[in-house]
Amino acid sequence: MLIKQSSDIPSSEITPKRLYLNRRKFLAGAALAGAAAAVGLRSGELASPSMAVQANAKIDGIKKSSFSTNEAITPYKDVTNYNNYYEFSTDKYEPAGLAKDFKTRPWTVTIDGAVEKKQVLDVDTIIKMAAPEERIYRHRCVEGWSIVVPWAGFSLSELINKAKPTGKAKFVEFTTIEDPKQMPGQRGRVLDWPYVEGLRMDEAMHPLALLCFGMYGQALPNQDGAPLRIVVPWKYGFKSAKAIVRIRFTDSQPRNTWNQMAPNEYGFYSNVNPNVDHPRWSQAKERRLGEFLKRPTLMFNGYDQVASLYSGMDLKKNF
Amino acid sequence: MTAAGDGGATRMPTAPLDLSMIRYFKPVVFLACLIPLALLGWKAYSGALGANPIEVITHATGDWTLRFLLITLAITPIRKLTGRLWLIRFRRMFGLFAFFYGVLHFLTYIWLDKFFNVHEMLHDVAKRKFITVGFTGFVLLIPLALTSTTGWIRRLGGKRWQALHRLIYFSAIAGVIHYWWLVKADIHLPLEYGAILAVLLGYRIAVWAGSKLDANKTKSLRGPRVEVPEG
Repeated sequence: MLIKQSSDIPSSEITPKRLYLNRRKFLAGAALAGAAAAVGLRSGELASPSMAVQANAKIDGIKKSSFSTNEAITPYKDVTNYNNYYEFSTDKYEPAGLAKDFKTRPWTVTIDGAVEKKQVLDVDTIIKMAAPEERIYRHRCVEGWSIVVPWAGFSLSELINKAKPTGKAKFVEFTTIEDPKQMPGQRGRVLDWPYVEGLRMDEAMHPLALLCFGMYGQALPNQDGAPLRIVVPWKYGFKSAKAIVRIRFTDSQPRNTWNQMAPNEYGFYSNVNPNVDHPRWSQAKERRLGEFLKRPTLMFNGYDQVASLYSGMDLKKNF
Repeated sequence: MTAAGDGGATRMPTAPLDLSMIRYFKPVVFLACLIPLALLGWKAYSGALGANPIEVITHATGDWTLRFLLITLAITPIRKLTGRLWLIRFRRMFGLFAFFYGVLHFLTYIWLDKFFNVHEMLHDVAKRKFITVGFTGFVLLIPLALTSTTGWIRRLGGKRWQALHRLIYFSAIAGVIHYWWLVKADIHLPLEYGAILAVLLGYRIAVWAGSKLDANKTKSLRGPRVEVPEG
């Protein structure tokens, strides 16, 4: 026999968790505003550190960059709703929703390994190290689709120079946060968490390599790697680690997660290369989101200025 | 009227009621099978296919090919286990819908992915394992779709027709492998399809092994009796 349990509260009365959390945020905000009024602070002053955190918060004083392409920028709604972010989900349409409440403050980045002084830096300290630039880059995913994104950030070399790596530093390793409570994708072992990526020192020092904290003139949305990520436009997208908590300088080539997952499919270098196919699909063409016909993929994703980094290297072997 | 189909496998459902029901039911099932396509069309029309519409269309048509293959393969076990023998009357429709979505999936590939570049397609089929196996699965369905008519059953004869249509097992296996080989890291969906297929094929193996065993038992029961006087 089916026994129907009567609930004290009809389900229509139960507040969805998201609304509930938003209400808490609102209450906290209201309390802060009240406190601010009491102490006589202007609300702008109080809000600035935490407001800069919110996606959609405008980044001030962004300079244009000569590295930018003048190709049509992919719509914001596509770049923010079509994400490969396995920490949240393997479904590209899900990170936008699942990352909504991801906490990007307080956030620190550990800088260690072969450096003069190991340190733990607040992300807001890092963001202020150099003037923000807008870099409109092509971004090519290893799966065969591409986008054009106006990132905001500055050259990774700015941070590396301040970190003062020692002579032993030959590579840089980037580690993404591991927090299964906030990142449902990490509750399964789809990949070996935490996500780790790496660059050779000269690659990391190349001015095109971007330390990124914004896009479309605003702070990075959570699903796009907030609060801090790298963007390496001449490499397949997975090389551009998101939500970075650790930057380590090493004398040997660091592991990188996808290479570990399938060494014959994803190399350490993973430079965009139309002549070297993925074992399971061709890399000769790509689908630019929003376009009907596929377009040819360019060597180094069209960033020929990095070619000298690989002179003398067999790029078929070092794929 | 007695409740149709809730008896054991041996009990025949009351035929007149079921036949008249099937007549009305068939168009409904037919239209229901078109819902996935209608949804795709509606989403395409309203711009709700997201950032990469062609990928969505490719995945949806592929998914529904596999689902209809599994539904088709589920008919026999469900009929036998529940006694709902009239289900057989829907099997051809489901099989043809598997083929229909397979054709759409294949068309998406040759048109929206390869833009009718025959050279590229041949290269793909020869070089990419997951394309090769997917293509094989699709090609295997073609003779089944062509010989799905009552006329062809008669022409081939029941036994030969049935033997030919066992190709669907290999088509479904190819479909699951095709899916398995194309995902990057998260194999849980292909695994789910694979598990369902394993159950459906496992049922057939069990039935087949059971009948073999029965045959052997009757032989071996006779055996010892003959041997005793000799020993």
